[in-house]
This record gives sequence, C-alpha cells and structure tokens, in this order.
Amino acid sequence: MSKISKDQVKHVANLARLAITEEEAEKYSEQLSAIIGFSEQLNELDTSGVEPTTHVLDMKNVLRKDEPKEWISKEEALKNAPDKQNGQFKVPSILD
Amino acid sequence: MSLFDHTIKELQDKLNNKEITVTDLVKETYKQIRETDDKVQAFLTLNEEDALANAKALDEQGIDADQFPMFGMPIGIKDNIVTKGLRTTCASQILSNLDDPLYDATVVTKLKDAKAINIGKLNMDEFAMGSSNENSSMQKTRNPWNTDYVPGGSSGGSAASVAAGQVPFALGSDTGGSVRQPASYCGVVGMKPTYGRVSRFGLVAFASSLDQIGPITKTVEDNARILEVIAGQDKMDSTSANLDVPKYTEALTNDVKGLKIGVPKEYFVEGVDEAVQDSIREALKVLEAQGAEWEEVSLPHSNYAVASYYMIASSEASANLARFDGVRYGKRSENANDMMEMFKMSRSEGFGDEVKRRIMLGTFALSSGYYDAYYKKAQQVRTLIKQDFEKIFEKYDVVIGPTAPTTAFKIGEKIDDPLTMYANDLMTIPVNLAGVPAISVPCGFHPSNKMPFGLQIIGKHFDESTVYRVAHTYEQAAGYYKEKPQLGGAK
Repeated sequence: MSKISKDQVKHVANLARLAITEEEAEKYSEQLSAIIGFSEQLNELDTSGVEPTTHVLDMKNVLRKDEPKEWISKEEALKNAPDKQNGQFKVPSILD
Repeated sequence: MSLFDHTIKELQDKLNNKEITVTDLVKETYKQIRETDDKVQAFLTLNEEDALANAKALDEQGIDADQFPMFGMPIGIKDNIVTKGLRTTCASQILSNLDDPLYDATVVTKLKDAKAINIGKLNMDEFAMGSSNENSSMQKTRNPWNTDYVPGGSSGGSAASVAAGQVPFALGSDTGGSVRQPASYCGVVGMKPTYGRVSRFGLVAFASSLDQIGPITKTVEDNARILEVIAGQDKMDSTSANLDVPKYTEALTNDVKGLKIGVPKEYFVEGVDEAVQDSIREALKVLEAQGAEWEEVSLPHSNYAVASYYMIASSEASANLARFDGVRYGKRSENANDMMEMFKMSRSEGFGDEVKRRIMLGTFALSSGYYDAYYKKAQQVRTLIKQDFEKIFEKYDVVIGPTAPTTAFKIGEKIDDPLTMYANDLMTIPVNLAGVPAISVPCGFHPSNKMPFGLQIIGKHFDESTVYRVAHTYEQAAGYYKEKPQLGGAK
C-alpha cells in the first residue's frame, strides 16, 4: 500500500477537520503517497518482538496531589476568545 | 568591538564596574535590531517598552550583577514559547491574533527570576515544522552571512538574530534538529538538551515525545550558563526529570585527555558535503591534539531515522494541533455557517501547507487500519535507533559528526520538495529519537559559498556536562566563534 487515493485523502481530511479543495486532494494524494512510500523502507527491518518506544526516559506514574488552586479566572479564560456571550464561549449552531 | 562580543560573565563584570548599565545594553539591542532587521527579518514582536522599564528597574536596584545568573542580559525568545501578555504566534496565521497570552512558559519564568530581559519574539517555521524558515506565515528570515540564503529552521529567527549581533542570546526549540541545524547554518552555538532536562510547559507542543527547548549563543560558555538557568524539574511538566542540574560552566575545564569519541561511519557518506566531512576530520585532529581518542563506530539504523521520525512527529503533531479549533483563542473563520464548518474552515485558513501536510500524514498514520503498519512500526524502529546509541555509549563518551549534510542553501531552492527538505535533518533526527543531548558548534566555512557549518557533539542521557566540555575545548582551540558576518552590527 503505497498509493493514497484522493478518496482516502478526503477521508483523512475530514478526520483531521480540514476543508480541502479537489485540487488540494490531488496534491496531497501525490505528496502523501511519496512520503508513505519513503517510510515503507522501515519494513526492511525485522521488528518482531521489539518494544515500541513511546517515551525515551524510564519514568512511570508521575503523580502529584490533587489540590484545588488559583489558576486563571473566567474573564482571563475568555479574553482571547473569537466570540463569547454571558461568560461563555460562543460557537455557531451545532443543530439546525 | 560590539558589546555583544562579550560573554555573560564579561558583561556582568562591566555592569559591576559601572562601565555600562542594563539600560545601555537593552538600548544597544534595539539599536542593532533597528539597523539590521530590515535585512535579517528575525523578529516578529518586540517587547521594547517593557524591556526598557525592566532595565531601568534593575539599574535602580543598584545591586551586584552577579547576584543573579542572567542579571540584565538581553535575550530573544522563539515565538512558540508562551510569554504572558506578549504576542505568541508560532508564526502561524491561526494564532496571529493571540496578542495577550495568559501565562509564561516555565523557561520564561526562570529567565525572569534570573533577571534576564526579554527583548522580543523570534521568527520560525510555522509550528516549528521546517528546516529553512520558509514555512513561516509571517516573514522570511535571512541568513546574516549571506541574505540570499536561508537561516535554517525551525529556530531560524533565533540563530539569525544571534549571528547578526541583534541579541547576544536566544532560546529555540528542537524536535528534529531545529536548534542545531540553524545554529550550524548561521555559525553559532546551539544546544538540544536531554529530553526531560528542560520543562516543556508553555512550549507550544509539536511532537511531545521529541520537543526540547535549548539556548542559542555565540559561545559554549554562555550556552552552558543559560542551560543552568532554564533546566530542572518542573511540576507543570510531568516529563521533566527529577534530577539535580549540574553547574555546566564548571565543566568547561579545557581538558579532554583520555576522552573517547565515537565517529559514526553513517555520517560520512554520499550526500554529506566533502568539505564539511573534511572539516569534521580536521576537528577530530584538534581534539586528538588535546588528548582525546577517536574511533570509527556504527549506528546501523541511522538510515531509517528520517522515516521513523516523520511518522512519529507527524502523528504527535496531528493530535497536538487538534486544539486549534477557533473556539477558545486564535483565529476563527468568518465564512462558516455551522460548527463543523467553523472547525474545518478555521483550520484550513489558519494553517499553512507544511502544517496541513503533516497533520494529514499523522492523521493517516494513526487512523484505523494503518496504526500498526506505520505508527507502531516507526516506534519500534525508534527503539532500534535508541539502542544504537546505548551500545556506542557503553564504550565512548561522546559521538561526533557533522550537524547537517551541507551549509545553508539558497532561499527557494528546496521549498517544493518535502523529502529533499527532510534530508537536511538526517544527522540531527536520531538524537531526538534517542532523547540524548547534542550541541552544534561552528566548525568552519565552506570554500565555495563561504557559508558557515557546524560540528555536532552528542552525549549520554543527562550528560550535557561532557558535551559542553568537549564543545568548549574545540571552540577555544578552533576559534571560529570570533568570526562575524559583515551585516552583524558594530564592527
């Protein structure tokens, strides 16, 4: 599997919440196919039984006490919002 | 001689002796920026009013400068490091209106506590994705050694600004080489500390398992001094390591007798410029003359690092960048009719090409049916790459090679081909995958284009001290740090 079709590109764009044009779908199909093709060289390596590395340091369960503390105020949290109303973030309608 | 040809220690002596004031230093910084930034284009946002007020306050305190490690020292900050009340954009349109961030990154808090002066925010490839600064949506930073050339990336603004003599010091961030490669291209010193050494709190996340903040400076000594200030465990970053921070400046003993250097044969291959290779061999001779020993070694999985990295970094990025949705901060599309359209259009209008490409790649690699084949496979290869280093470090103290395969390239030369662009990071990426520390120090100028390039010194986990010791020994013997670009401020 080294060719990513335009339909696959559109599916992935939807998952990634990106709006793309037909032209872009074409371009991403080519570019992603090239990058995926390049990455398939990894299959030359036998990795059976090799643990995946998600984190390089040997660290587990870093915990802290769950204590309430002052952080940002509601006003601060809303300060950079594109739209707000009655102390809340405002977004376009979700349902018709 | 410019004020910025002095080290932090020398500048602090001048402050103590009342030869200069902090206000003088800060004014000089902005003067240099005004004189050179129409050519270099390094700064996105200046913090002038606040910086001058802070300088005045420090001058009025009348205390000895060495009471605080960074007392009065001007520093530039890469624009993906959050600064309270000072615009932070990651050079992206989606954050171009984030004029009033709510908090300081831990490194910024630490610099403030050390009495450094924040001069402003430096250009970068958008969200740190790129190797040339051509992916900035704001402006194209240029290499001070020749403004037809890129400064490297993604911390290109930071490296170019220091090289041009605008600021004496800067912070960058390094996910696959983003501190070291621009340092190499701009002829300055750039350090990528061990993963976990420096808190990532307030660093806008690109690839969380790879990102580290590091200093960019003219000298190894200053670099070591700044890392002493910004390193250490932070309760706001659970991946920051619970380890004491050594006095890195005390490691600068100029003594490398008996030091064992491994030189990977995979870093001296076709595609790595001959003149660069020759200079690294010369550098090894310099270290040999100081008593170090070197041998050729092998990092057999090096060739797979770039592919592994692009899968892992893009996958993590696709998750991290999901937070930019046009709801809580940043730009929202004005053309959307419903919620889903708002998400999609805000993101499509707000992100540039390279960022979208990596989000797409990462989303694909993490999507149902492909996760094992691409993402998990890449993480398994990451284990093999990490083991390569572990094996070498059983016998050797450091690994040395070029930082990048070539010098800087010309603006526009590689922009249309992502894969060629990614090849720049061939020798820096394995370091991030393994989580080990590495520095780039200037190692010469190319005979044909006269552009600088760097030597990379890679160390064991949390052994920045040895990396700095070797870098300092080489730097002092080689003396390239004394060279300055014509553009670079007062001569």
